[in-house]
Amino acid sequence: MKDVYVIGCGMTKFGEIWKSSFRDLFVEAGLKAIKNAGIDHLDSMYVGTMTSGLFVGQEHVGALMADYLGVAPIPAVRVESACCSGGMAVRIGFLDIASGNSDIVLAGGVEKMNDGADVTFALSTAADQEYECYHGVTFPGLYAMIARAHMKKYGTTRDQLAQVAVKNHYNGSMNPNAQFPRKITLEQVKNAVLVADPLTVLDSSPVSDGGACVILASEKIAKKFPKQMVKIIGSGAATDSLALDQRKDITALNAVKVSAKKAFKMAGLKPKDIDLAEVHDCFTIAELCIMEELGFCEKGKSGKFVEDGNTALDGKIPVNTSGGLKSKGHPVGATGIAQVVEIYEQLTGKAGQRQVKNAKIGLAQNMGGSGASSVVHILKKLND
Amino acid sequence: MPSPKYRREMPQRYRLEAAKCKKCGKVFFPPRLICDKCKSEEFEKITLPENGKIVTFTIIRVAPQQFETEVPYAIAIVELENGVRLTTQVVDCNPEKLKIGNEIKLVFRKIQEEGKTGIIKYGYKAVLA
Ligand SMILES: [Zn+2]
Repeated sequence: MKDVYVIGCGMTKFGEIWKSSFRDLFVEAGLKAIKNAGIDHLDSMYVGTMTSGLFVGQEHVGALMADYLGVAPIPAVRVESACCSGGMAVRIGFLDIASGNSDIVLAGGVEKMNDGADVTFALSTAADQEYECYHGVTFPGLYAMIARAHMKKYGTTRDQLAQVAVKNHYNGSMNPNAQFPRKITLEQVKNAVLVADPLTVLDSSPVSDGGACVILASEKIAKKFPKQMVKIIGSGAATDSLALDQRKDITALNAVKVSAKKAFKMAGLKPKDIDLAEVHDCFTIAELCIMEELGFCEKGKSGKFVEDGNTALDGKIPVNTSGGLKSKGHPVGATGIAQVVEIYEQLTGKAGQRQVKNAKIGLAQNMGGSGASSVVHILKKLND
Repeated sequence: MPSPKYRREMPQRYRLEAAKCKKCGKVFFPPRLICDKCKSEEFEKITLPENGKIVTFTIIRVAPQQFETEVPYAIAIVELENGVRLTTQVVDCNPEKLKIGNEIKLVFRKIQEEGKTGIIKYGYKAVLA
């Protein structure tokens, strides 16, 4: 396999972006990434989007975006794995360069969720339509059932769940691209309106529009640019049962565990080697379970781990320095790309007020559905 | 007329039919074409027990359109007496009083209506046993 580098990135602000269409969001992020990298052409492009057909009635997204980005006739294809469509687009782009097929690839993601579609239904298509959704379960409902099982099995508390949201909003308050860049309190999270017990609206990521892109390149190309070299040293992906009820342990996210193991193995690293991470906090409970599966803390101890400040900006392993899905926003297809954008900016020292000192190795974990698919990338800053 | 998609699931939803692997005995609900444990493609039809207990649950307060008039309602993952788990609403109870471990029994109920035609779709729901 050939080495793969990240040489540039770009994203739109996340939020309710009324002025921009589905295609505008992608093109805005794409142009920023191309200019940031300083390249004059692409060999191929991968576009992550979860369910543009339901959100805006548009499929055939690869060709549409290549056309409007002005890069046709390069090959361009859409990548879909529910909420980890973006992370999977990075992985396919990585494999394209690693195989020697391409030298410069744009991996991007986009979602336009605020154009009037039934968002609860559109998101629920990532779950089992016939055996979960048929009975009226929703995504907050699935994660709420994971939360209740985790609380019962491990004694995780309501306050510990809320702590995740408080931390991520604190980080997001320093991110100009965040949808909700404001601090919130533990009381606000707990007393917010319930969506699916025990989760409130402030345990949940918002409905967002947004686009994000990264430029991946082979070593040959990356060396041409006199800038900080950031290499993708690990990539892993995995799946699990689509339906939550088919899993023996409701609190376990096996796809996260397996995808992380693969990425760590490729990188030759252990969880303790990671300086910072962006993880899929679609709901507060998700971040807790992911901490455990990534090996950042013991199984069942994530609540205490977060409560003790280990994952804060100045903690042992800062998690979701961007504000995470929670504060930054969650335009589904763009999320996995925006995680890599944050890691890249942190490793190149461009994260502004939320910069983690001496960040050399970062991890991005993106997850689909209630954990049925997961993808992990590990990035390393080379020359200093 | 109900859709083909709906008719196909009727044996499971109306009669709790499941598939038991003839080689290793693993029970699948809903039925599958291959056993993930032993890779056998031969199954026998069995009927699930109606009794079980709540593994975990939630109360849905923001619902998809077809369930909007029913909020708040309880949804649970239940484990039946033979170890099979499924997702179902828990009804005829105060959702606030539910607990993990509560004994339940599956009953036949209306679940939702299909599209604009309003064809009634049925299936199982749980009640406290
Ligand atoms: Zn078998």
